[in-house]
Amino acid sequence: MVENRPLGNLAAHLILISGVALVLFPVYIAIIASTHGPGEFMRGVLPLTPGDQAVENYRLMWEAGLAKAGSPPAWRMLWNSLVMALAITIGKLFISLLSAFAIVYFRFPFRLFFFWLIFITLMLPVEVRIIPTFQVVADLGMLNSFAGLSIPLIASATATFLFRQFFMTIPEEMLEAARIDGAGPLKFFRDILLPLSVTNIAALFVIMFIYGWNQYLWPLLITTDPDYTTIVMGIQRMTSTSGDETPDWNLVMAAVVMAALPPVLVILFMQRLFVKGLTETEK
Amino acid sequence: MARIKLDGLKKTYPGNVQAVKGIDLDVADGEFVVLVGPSGCGKSTLLRMVAGLETISEGTLHIGERVVNTLEPAERDIAMVFQNYALYPHMTVYNNLAYGLKNRGFKADEIERRVGEAAGMLEIEAFLTRKPRQLSGGQRQRVAMGRALVREPAAFLFDEPLSNLDAKLRVQMRVEIKQLQRRLKTTSLYVTHDQLEAMTLGDRLVVLNDGLIEQVGTPMEIYSRPASTFVATFIGSPAMNLMPRAYLEARDDGHSFSGVLDDLPPGTDIVGMRPDDMLLHAPDEPHLVVEATLELFEAAGAESHLYVRMEGSDQPTVIRTSGQPPVDEGDVLRFHVPRTALHPFNEASGKRMQ
Repeated sequence: MVENRPLGNLAAHLILISGVALVLFPVYIAIIASTHGPGEFMRGVLPLTPGDQAVENYRLMWEAGLAKAGSPPAWRMLWNSLVMALAITIGKLFISLLSAFAIVYFRFPFRLFFFWLIFITLMLPVEVRIIPTFQVVADLGMLNSFAGLSIPLIASATATFLFRQFFMTIPEEMLEAARIDGAGPLKFFRDILLPLSVTNIAALFVIMFIYGWNQYLWPLLITTDPDYTTIVMGIQRMTSTSGDETPDWNLVMAAVVMAALPPVLVILFMQRLFVKGLTETEK
Repeated sequence: MARIKLDGLKKTYPGNVQAVKGIDLDVADGEFVVLVGPSGCGKSTLLRMVAGLETISEGTLHIGERVVNTLEPAERDIAMVFQNYALYPHMTVYNNLAYGLKNRGFKADEIERRVGEAAGMLEIEAFLTRKPRQLSGGQRQRVAMGRALVREPAAFLFDEPLSNLDAKLRVQMRVEIKQLQRRLKTTSLYVTHDQLEAMTLGDRLVVLNDGLIEQVGTPMEIYSRPASTFVATFIGSPAMNLMPRAYLEARDDGHSFSGVLDDLPPGTDIVGMRPDDMLLHAPDEPHLVVEATLELFEAAGAESHLYVRMEGSDQPTVIRTSGQPPVDEGDVLRFHVPRTALHPFNEASGKRMQ
């Protein structure tokens, strides 16, 4: 659009700003709430300015957790979440890169059949297969372990499919040139395909990391040991109090802010590669 | 350096599609052979079979003294230049050249020496630290050539390496490839659909049609004695004019053809004539004289093309001459074809008679 209409510009910006405000307001409230004392929320009026309890709230959550709600310290839960999210992300990338490589570059019997098999699992998210998966994990003795938390979530049709599509855009001559240059399949994978996929890997890393970090139902099902509580589960546990007690919202909000930080950081650090990976294909 | 010997090479794709139907060819050590033909004639498939990128369905392939039918491309000691260059986009030019050597376990100083030498030969030293993306088409082409050069292989294989360049650059690179090959004396197989490129580059041409060899010979042999109507119309631009003998005989009034048609070998029913053999002035030797209407005049600088139509024929015919046309468009002119410039063909077989 090559237009210059001040009024139109103004209207557009107003709409955009109000949209952003609408999205950011709850986040703002969460941050503000985490800086106040325990009683503030019960007065019925939400404070909109920062309070003076920030350091105390965060330190309490970080070091001790909300013992009366049975939640371990936040550092423990954040660590658990991080390990789970990273295991899921790296596992997914590793497996889907290799399977896409196999599907695109190797001729083996039932190749198409396997591709469709992988593709069909797109229709079976964790929630659909949760009971049988739980049974399998329980039988394998993986309850209350990082393996149990991450392995069942690793297989990824989405990433396999995306890498397959990307590999298919790489000209066939690239493979042929590499063959003439004496590169075997794994060498080709390592020296040519991986470097060319960097931006796609970064984009998928961000998406998969957030997916792993936000897992709620699965960790809730298979962990009972507080040592394996993830931050997303922990927040839920903190808000469900017994009897007529009210949750300590200021502390819960401190945990929420801490839980939201890692995904934000991942996006900030990977932003440039992320955008490139979703929009650009370098050939 | 090595000779390449093809014995009855065939390529059959699934579904019984035959792309290459039996090729025998012997490329001498240091020879530059061009495979030329229209698209779909199997020339690229044949080259890729020599490279090892396509399997060989039948026949044997020798490179040097070895039978290489089942060897991997890297084991065949060949280097290939691709039409779209196929440079590794994430590597610098230096690494593009060095990659094949590294994979073969060459020492770092040897790699550096060879890359430097090739870069010098191709005048790409200035770009060694750049990525392919930052190069122009011509420069990428040179890098692709360099990647083949550093290997110092037994044979170069070129798969239409110039077709992505603009016309001017194409001529320039053509000359350079020829000079380079003369200097290195490396056996080369070159695939192109451009007959001019084929004529100017090759020590020998192999004209392919529909998976079979139509003719093998030096460029001038093929130009002056095409073995079939296919070769006759494919090599040379504008293409050779083919006329039914019966039509020419019907135009003979008894003396103006001076018995030229009677001298043609038995079995001739198509007569071919090159546009530049159709003279506007009568030569001293026995010749044909034909009247035709000038339909269009095309001046192309040093030469000009006259598009004429002969009476009672709907076949467009081209005459190549120089300078201005003798008559205006729409008027009748006479052209003369010497006996020696007639190419006799048989219509049913498409082959040259004699």
